[in-house]
Amino acid sequence: MTLSKPQKVFIFICAISLLSLYLVLPAKIFNFSVPRLNFKIGSLDLSQEIELKQGLDIKGGLQVTLTADMQEIKSEDRITALESLKTNIGRRIDFFGVSESGIKTAISGNDYRLILELPGISNPEQALALIGQTAKMEFALPVYIEGKTATDAATLSDFVLTDLTGADLARATATFDSSNGQPVVDIVFKDSGKAKFAKLTKENIGKQIAILLDDYPVTMPTVQVEIPDGRAQITGSNSIDEAKALAVQLNAGALPVPVSVLSQKNIPATLGADSIEKSITAGVIGLSMVVLFMIGNYGWMGLIASIGLVLYGLFTLTLYKLFSVFLSLPGIAGFLLSVGMAVDSNILVFERYKEEIRAGRTWPVALELAFGRAWDSIKDANTATIITGFILFNPLNWNFLNTSGAVRGFALTLILGILISLFTGIVVTRNLLRLFYKGKTLEIKKQKSK
Amino acid sequence: MKHLSIYFLISSLIIVPGIYSLVRYGFKPSIEFTGGTRLTIENTISSPDIILQSFEEYTPSLEDSTPNSVTLKTKNISQDTAQKAIDTLKKDNPEIKITGFESIGAALGKETIKKTISALIIASVMLLLYISFAFKQLKYGVCALIAMFHDTIVLLGSFSLLGHFFGVEIDLLFVTAVLTILSFSVHDTIVVFDRIRELSHKNKGIEYVTLVNQAVTETMVRSLNNSLTIIFMLIALFLIGGETTKFFSLALLIGTVTGTYSSTFTAAPLLIVWNNIFAKNR
Repeated sequence: MTLSKPQKVFIFICAISLLSLYLVLPAKIFNFSVPRLNFKIGSLDLSQEIELKQGLDIKGGLQVTLTADMQEIKSEDRITALESLKTNIGRRIDFFGVSESGIKTAISGNDYRLILELPGISNPEQALALIGQTAKMEFALPVYIEGKTATDAATLSDFVLTDLTGADLARATATFDSSNGQPVVDIVFKDSGKAKFAKLTKENIGKQIAILLDDYPVTMPTVQVEIPDGRAQITGSNSIDEAKALAVQLNAGALPVPVSVLSQKNIPATLGADSIEKSITAGVIGLSMVVLFMIGNYGWMGLIASIGLVLYGLFTLTLYKLFSVFLSLPGIAGFLLSVGMAVDSNILVFERYKEEIRAGRTWPVALELAFGRAWDSIKDANTATIITGFILFNPLNWNFLNTSGAVRGFALTLILGILISLFTGIVVTRNLLRLFYKGKTLEIKKQKSK
Repeated sequence: MKHLSIYFLISSLIIVPGIYSLVRYGFKPSIEFTGGTRLTIENTISSPDIILQSFEEYTPSLEDSTPNSVTLKTKNISQDTAQKAIDTLKKDNPEIKITGFESIGAALGKETIKKTISALIIASVMLLLYISFAFKQLKYGVCALIAMFHDTIVLLGSFSLLGHFFGVEIDLLFVTAVLTILSFSVHDTIVVFDRIRELSHKNKGIEYVTLVNQAVTETMVRSLNNSLTIIFMLIALFLIGGETTKFFSLALLIGTVTGTYSSTFTAAPLLIVWNNIFAKNR
């Protein structure tokens, strides 16, 4: 049996609809658990339910923009300092056990910023006090307690601070050792630190020196030789990435940057939950009105378009889940707006269809003509919307355009919405109509022409 | 298109008060543009006035109050400072606490304004280029753009009036709404222009006015039906949706209505005006 092209497309549509349905459905509906497929595509594990990510405005939490005071930092070191600051503050955030926290750097002219998103923080003041500290780096000597028996390993019990601090460190760089090609971290001390470091290394040959950042040891290299010139190399990194990570942490101490709060927003979780519930109710009511309107206006065609609309909703949710689109309130508004635009493609086609029927064409011809001719308008009109969508989304992160999360969330849902609506409005609806729609050809015209 | 002057008159009836309000009252910008702090305090027993007094140094203004909560705006202060001001009220309001806190530095506000303006300019230029290119004539791009500015001014004007009379603020979401309406307006206009283009291919030698007339009549139902579906969505969002997106929906609603009107009654008539001017010059 050979299938016609519409039938093939129909099977394809059914297949992706089922797959989408599977991805969108929660793992458990009341007592019934949806059977999970044991299947993986790349990093995508289909056996697990993919969660819909919620933005900060829905989940509640703390959003802070910190501005870094770079006065003390030489201009060529500022980018490095900002990266180190990011890592260091990220480490402090992890300390809170915040899941899905976001941390971004932004440079605006001479302003170096960190934008933090911390969902679910209940005590923002306390969190800010801890996160906003300036990094403190100290060099210390570890103190070990001997094991009780000779076979027991010695346990680390304390650190004895030395007079060497992060202020004496000029900078750290990850590189490869020129002699053996191993990844290493080069550290360079300032003039103030050279003598101190020389003394420290001289007295502790064969012993460890601990480098503490915010009182936690970052690394504990063993001193090989006395280093008089303030230039040392820390070996033992397993990869260049590991060396880079260490260099970033050391730079946090070498280039300490005080931060201050530029903007702050605490969002109570209840507000978001309330808003999302209302928005969803509004969406359902609005959608039902659109469906009723379409069926009332276009009859069977309207019903088929409504099926296309339901699939549109389904595909959109699937893409949100697959691409981890963060659902925010403006995002939901963008989604609902794009529903309106999705219907537009259908209306354009159906109105065109009516015209062609009035012009005396038989319905199958009219249907194909309608899709073909309406496409020009649909294409041009949607391109215009996508252009604006991209300017709002600012994909290249241009400094002179918006970088606000809320605006971007809206733009992303709008762009995705338009792309999906082109698919459901044109491909899906067209095929469903070809297969399931029986139109009427206007008879009056024919009689007239006799 | 017999009533060109009537269409332009209707537009000006809406636009003139809006421009007057824009010039006279301007906007009521939110702290996203001006910088400042907005905080919500809950479990209050004292009257809002007393609570406002404790923030006296920070130029407070009352935004909203319920029997046991107060939302107020001050100049940019830290949460620490706000907490200290609250602490002085602890005696009369033992359970008092800050639940919502939002502060934005003044520098950030200025930056937002700059970014908004550049987004508007870039969007306009891109759309002008795109439409002129898609329709192969500059007049389509220019007329669509004028219709687009028409809608923008209607929207800005209404929010200036709303701000003056009802205290509605302009925030970042409003900016998003304006940009969305830009694209919606153009979206709608393109459909009309597209019909003009198609008709002009079919019927060569017909007068341009007749052509435009026919195109407008033929696309009217589609235009109305499409706008109605969007309006259904937006009315639902405006009436039942959350507080945060209420005025966002309203802005989109106003924009959709004027966007629909302007495609038929501003953009298309402008094409005729353009044609008349250049026909005379020839």
